[in-house]
Amino acid sequence: MDTTTAPPTDAPPPPPVFDKGAPKAKKQLGDRIFLGLSRGSGITLLVIMAAIAAFLTYRAMLAISKDETNFLTTFEWNPQGEPVSFGIAVLAFGTVVSSIIAMVIAVPIAIGIALFISHFAPRRLAAPIAYLVDLLAAVPSIIYGLWGAVFLVPYLDGLNKWLDEYFAWTYIFDKTNEGVARNLFTVGILLAIMILPIITNVIREVFLQSPKMIEEAALALGATRWEVIRMAVIPFGRSGIISASMLGLGRALGETMAVAVVLSPSFLLSFHILDAGGGTFAQNIAAKFNEANGFGRDALIASGLVLFIITLLVNGAARAIIARRKEYSGANA
Amino acid sequence: MAKRIDVSGLTAFYGTHRAIDDISMTVEPRSVTAFIGPSGCGKSTFLRTLNRMHEVTPGGRVEGKVLLDDENLYGANVDPVAVRRTVGMVFQRPNPFPTMSIFDNVAAGLKLNGKYRKNELANVVEKSLKGANLWNEVKDRLNKPGSGLSGGQQQRLCIARAIAVEPDVLLMDEPCSALDPISTLAIEDLIGELKERFTIVIVTHNMQQAARVSDRTAFFNLSAVGQPGKLIEIDETERIFANPSVQATEDYISGRFG
Amino acid sequence: MSHTLQDKRPSAAAPQGALSGARMPRWAPLAIAVGSAALGSLIGLGAGLDSKIQWALLAALVFVAATYLITAKVEGSRQGKNQVATSLVWVCFLLAVIPLLSLAWTTISKGAGVVDGYFLSHSMSGLLDTDEGGGVYHALLGTIEQVAIAAVIATPIGLLTAVYLVEYGTGKLSRAVTFFVDVMTGIPSIVAGLFILSTWNLMLGFGVSGFAGALALSILMMPVVVRSTEEMLKLVPNELREASLALGVPQWRTILKVVLPTAIGGITTGVMLAIARITGETAPVLLLVFGTKLINPNPFEGAQSSLPLYVFEQYSVGTDASHARAWGAALVLIAFVMILNLVARGIARWKAPKTGR
Repeated sequence: MDTTTAPPTDAPPPPPVFDKGAPKAKKQLGDRIFLGLSRGSGITLLVIMAAIAAFLTYRAMLAISKDETNFLTTFEWNPQGEPVSFGIAVLAFGTVVSSIIAMVIAVPIAIGIALFISHFAPRRLAAPIAYLVDLLAAVPSIIYGLWGAVFLVPYLDGLNKWLDEYFAWTYIFDKTNEGVARNLFTVGILLAIMILPIITNVIREVFLQSPKMIEEAALALGATRWEVIRMAVIPFGRSGIISASMLGLGRALGETMAVAVVLSPSFLLSFHILDAGGGTFAQNIAAKFNEANGFGRDALIASGLVLFIITLLVNGAARAIIARRKEYSGANA
Repeated sequence: MAKRIDVSGLTAFYGTHRAIDDISMTVEPRSVTAFIGPSGCGKSTFLRTLNRMHEVTPGGRVEGKVLLDDENLYGANVDPVAVRRTVGMVFQRPNPFPTMSIFDNVAAGLKLNGKYRKNELANVVEKSLKGANLWNEVKDRLNKPGSGLSGGQQQRLCIARAIAVEPDVLLMDEPCSALDPISTLAIEDLIGELKERFTIVIVTHNMQQAARVSDRTAFFNLSAVGQPGKLIEIDETERIFANPSVQATEDYISGRFG
Repeated sequence: MSHTLQDKRPSAAAPQGALSGARMPRWAPLAIAVGSAALGSLIGLGAGLDSKIQWALLAALVFVAATYLITAKVEGSRQGKNQVATSLVWVCFLLAVIPLLSLAWTTISKGAGVVDGYFLSHSMSGLLDTDEGGGVYHALLGTIEQVAIAAVIATPIGLLTAVYLVEYGTGKLSRAVTFFVDVMTGIPSIVAGLFILSTWNLMLGFGVSGFAGALALSILMMPVVVRSTEEMLKLVPNELREASLALGVPQWRTILKVVLPTAIGGITTGVMLAIARITGETAPVLLLVFGTKLINPNPFEGAQSSLPLYVFEQYSVGTDASHARAWGAALVLIAFVMILNLVARGIARWKAPKTGR
């Protein structure tokens, strides 16, 4: 995970003849070419990242400068209209809400499954299940979308009605418009199912690496299996759980096709998450792209830039949290 | 408190592999019993059967009886969790909980059983740390992480953690093998004090250590690699080292093999 | 694999002492599970809930509560907590397995009837979306070409970057590269698509083509290749490098002849998994390749199709015939990805580096 504090074996010391005394020019020609090539590749990656940021910003600025309403707070998407008016409020809301629903469902279940594989499942079952989860993480998202639209939506209709009937008082589960379950709630569940294998894989790896010695210490004190997990497994897995969750969150935020297939989009911002409608950044780009002219595409690029920034922030936050955890624990594990 | 251990016909497996075969012995209360023998002879495995830690390893399985004052550890309805609370264990490498403070490490076992008041807990922690000869070294930094201590201190912290729950028996699996000579001496002194209160069983590779700390010594051996380990003899430590009744024991002790 | 902490459960009744308490029989959790399932279904039926999901959720709830209450009563509260954790973990597993199995089963059962020789060897040329028949040949061809081009671009760059990070990198540059590889891993695929759109198409003025899509896919593939190759190179023991360098072999030849061959199995696996991942990406293809019904074997000129895009298009049409084609294409896509995965994992197992641990 963390290459900056990697053990010494990671970066082999070059032979003394190269780095002590001998000037760089004495390096073999082959060495210079090879170093140049590999360093060049690294630089290429940096250039690509910089270019992504620069070009998206440039095109986005072209669009936003002509937007006659506030880009951040406008509730409609009409870049080709008169007046030009488009904003990301609904998209940001939909993206965040559906991702939060996905995380709330997926993270605890992923921890459960990871524990199941690492500590609870009968041994003969654990290896095949781990393998299966690995494979499921590779299923393309469009297939999740197709399955979600054809199977999940009708199944969730009943659940929606039931939630509406008994939990309408919570406001968020109050269903105020008729229609099938093509809403943010369903999208959240579908995203949860989609990112579940990805999160589970990472967390499982972390749990399997929890130090056996400490687990035995807890056991020998007379801890039950659950107490062993609480004392010796979870504390070590914490930063792993966070980074796995952030990985999943990144996927959920940027998911395009699964959302585009399941949601029936509208530019309404509603906290009634069972109401059909809403939208996400990625879904909106996919849905509006074909009908967009040159300027419309710039507007979509502007929304893509916001999505890009959000994923950058999530990623940065995850790295910061992990780095701080490492310092804090001071454990020699 | 300290209880007698009566083992009869104990065989332990890893999957289908027989690790130790048909072992019977008695461990007296308030004494130190040392297990010696060449690597792979199953002495650690046998130790782990005495608090049902063996079955935690994948494929681990036990046949036979271990009586702790007349109660069979492997009897039906016996809760392995209760067994491990009654029979404490100290491991080869010191393994304090790295995310917990020194205080919490010692209190960990007590907290599992709940229902302790705060000052009561502090009393037990102090008593246990004193019992492990560690109190004077750590009393000013009880809230610091246990992983900040030296190796020998960490091992004594683990002993304090084990005795805090007032077990009847204390098992030690080569407790000094990862320590320097001075820390080793401190632990050996401690073992001498602890045997007033506990039944102690210690596995060691160091024959001088067995001679120094134990009252009785058991010698384990295996006929060939891959064969199950067997108990060769158990006797007063002085007898084992001066005048063992089996030739193999004498060969091992005099350094002819192992 | 797993180090399962399992205690043997006693089975028969016996006299009790200080160490023993009342214990639940081995079959108790199973019995509670069956009972809860029955109760959950009963409540569901009684309350007239029409969704089986609710029945299952109810049963799960009853199961967790019942295991806790019963175990806590019989064995004490600590054991109760332990048991409730166990049953929660099982419930998590089952909750997750049901939709995932349903997904696999649906795709296979709905797709199997559609996929045949004709489906694989024909395009949608001359057919209306609402017509029956047609096939995925053009999409399959497009996917293979786009993914191949992306792999050709991304693999060398990714490999060399990883070599730089592991074998040469120590300074600021390598730290920056490491950081941005991490950031790049998190780029949503649609953003990669928008980037190529804004440069290749809008700035340089090229039209839609398979190649444009491949460029976006290669951006998604690079960080994955870097990460996995890095991991593999780190597993190569330092002694090997030192042994070679000590013989006077220059560093670049050491890397080419010693380090890379040692890690080649793992690297191949990583590259194949990365290919499998980009094969299923739809969003950039939607923006840049555009989709067509015709066979266009030239990835550098004009619209192409691709499997995931085809699935999306056929689903959007919304007729029975098109849905059938969508499922057929989904099955072909999943088979394609799974074969890549299985082969990759096979290679990993076969060529597992012997690290001596």
